[in-house]
Amino acid sequence: MLCERCQKKEATVFYTEIINGQKKQLNLCEECAKELHSQGFDFMPQLNFHNFLGSILGHNISNFTKTSLGANKCEVCGLSEEEFAQKGLLGCGNCYENFGNTLDSLVRSIHGTNIHNGKVPEKTSDRVKYKKEIESLRSQLKQAVAKEQYENAAKIRDSIKEIEKRLEQEG
Amino acid sequence: MSLKDSVNNAYSSWMTGTGPDNDVVISSRVRAARNLSHFAFPHMLDDDKAQEVIHAVSLALENRGADCKPGKLEINNMIELSPEDRQILVDKHLISNDLLKDHGRKAVVLSEDEAISIMLNEEDHLRIQCILPGMQLESSWLQVNNIDDELEKTLDYAFSEKFGYLTACPTNVGTGLRCSVMVHLPALVFTEQIKKVLPSISKLGLTVRGLYGEGTEPVGNLFQISNQVTLGHSEEEIVQNLVSVTKQLLDQERTAREALYDDRKEYMEDKIGRSYGILKNSRIISFNEVMSRLSDLRLGIDLKIIKDVSPQLVNELIVLTRQAFLNKEAGKELSVFERDVKRANIIREKL
Repeated sequence: MLCERCQKKEATVFYTEIINGQKKQLNLCEECAKELHSQGFDFMPQLNFHNFLGSILGHNISNFTKTSLGANKCEVCGLSEEEFAQKGLLGCGNCYENFGNTLDSLVRSIHGTNIHNGKVPEKTSDRVKYKKEIESLRSQLKQAVAKEQYENAAKIRDSIKEIEKRLEQEG
Repeated sequence: MSLKDSVNNAYSSWMTGTGPDNDVVISSRVRAARNLSHFAFPHMLDDDKAQEVIHAVSLALENRGADCKPGKLEINNMIELSPEDRQILVDKHLISNDLLKDHGRKAVVLSEDEAISIMLNEEDHLRIQCILPGMQLESSWLQVNNIDDELEKTLDYAFSEKFGYLTACPTNVGTGLRCSVMVHLPALVFTEQIKKVLPSISKLGLTVRGLYGEGTEPVGNLFQISNQVTLGHSEEEIVQNLVSVTKQLLDQERTAREALYDDRKEYMEDKIGRSYGILKNSRIISFNEVMSRLSDLRLGIDLKIIKDVSPQLVNELIVLTRQAFLNKEAGKELSVFERDVKRANIIREKL
């Protein structure tokens, strides 16, 4: 058998990779194998991360909507949960809404939470910003109280009230 | 510097070997993933739609204020570059491997000093990256944040109040932020303390990888450490967590270096001197050997045993001696043996 890569020398290194039950075989000559190895090509079967993610979700789906498998599609981009389970990639921003509970629990198992706590685009309404600010101030308030920093806590409480007032005014 | 210059030159501003704590931290990098709200994610787009995404970003770049930093940013389509040139951009850590696949619909924006690069239609529509020399995670984040603010004035990002910035892969959702440092840890590897250190790092929500990212083996005692979780924490918290872990690692590495040098001075000087000798005199050398010899050389520079080589040259040699640059230099596809010879020639010339 000739080496699949250079098609010149006899293949002496046989490399098998099995991902999600799909078998891939690579037959190489010693030189090509060495070369691939020196380029960081790992000869241990590698776990493809996206497939792995998908299979976690796939498992969720099979428990979740076994009867309606394939019917659960994102209305906007047309990606099905099944396709997501294969690729590990969502189709569009709307998938996050459309895949509801399944995705929510997946996000939680990856990040340990399902609530964003960081930057908000300027353009997104100020309401989101105010709400986030209040949340962050509330946690600061808890910490201040726990540390018995009552003066600081009072200040934080006032800022929360002020933002809440602004929220109400802008309705 | 145009993209054409960039691929002809192994040097990139992150390689200067300067910046805070540069004896251990080679570079700091921050990358934010963003998507446009009116388009499906890149892997779902046909070629025309993919071009529309690139066009929308190019308009947003033109709309940036005249006094914005860095100055003018231009889009380069991947298809206009030769395969070697594309690989060189990967080797210089300016783009990811993913941008090489299906390159007809992908593009990159580079700032003149190559500190900023924006990948278009990678896994997400935009991946805004800043890479700086030494320990400069905070300022990398500030630069990414600035560009993001400027682009956001024109672009409508896919954002949800609950999940934050929406990304093709749910592992990036939220802040879309991936911060990483490239650290050189020869003393921790040599004293085998690294075996205790690495598992404890992964318990802190961080991942350790080799020099060229996901799935690569550590070579030349270089490690990339990055955050794993992107949702639930603010950008500043994510940056700070990595900064504080890196600082601890830095202390441990320095302590190990001092101890090694105190206890086994002759041994260390011998090891470093031999590696320098091999680099200066070899005629055939593999990439992996170069990486481990360069690691010794770099340690020798940091311990002031070697005084006539700059850290910058060591960083450049890592890129110069990879396959893509060697082929480009030779103007043809070299065999393994030819590459090992060419590599040894370049190193002798440079040292």
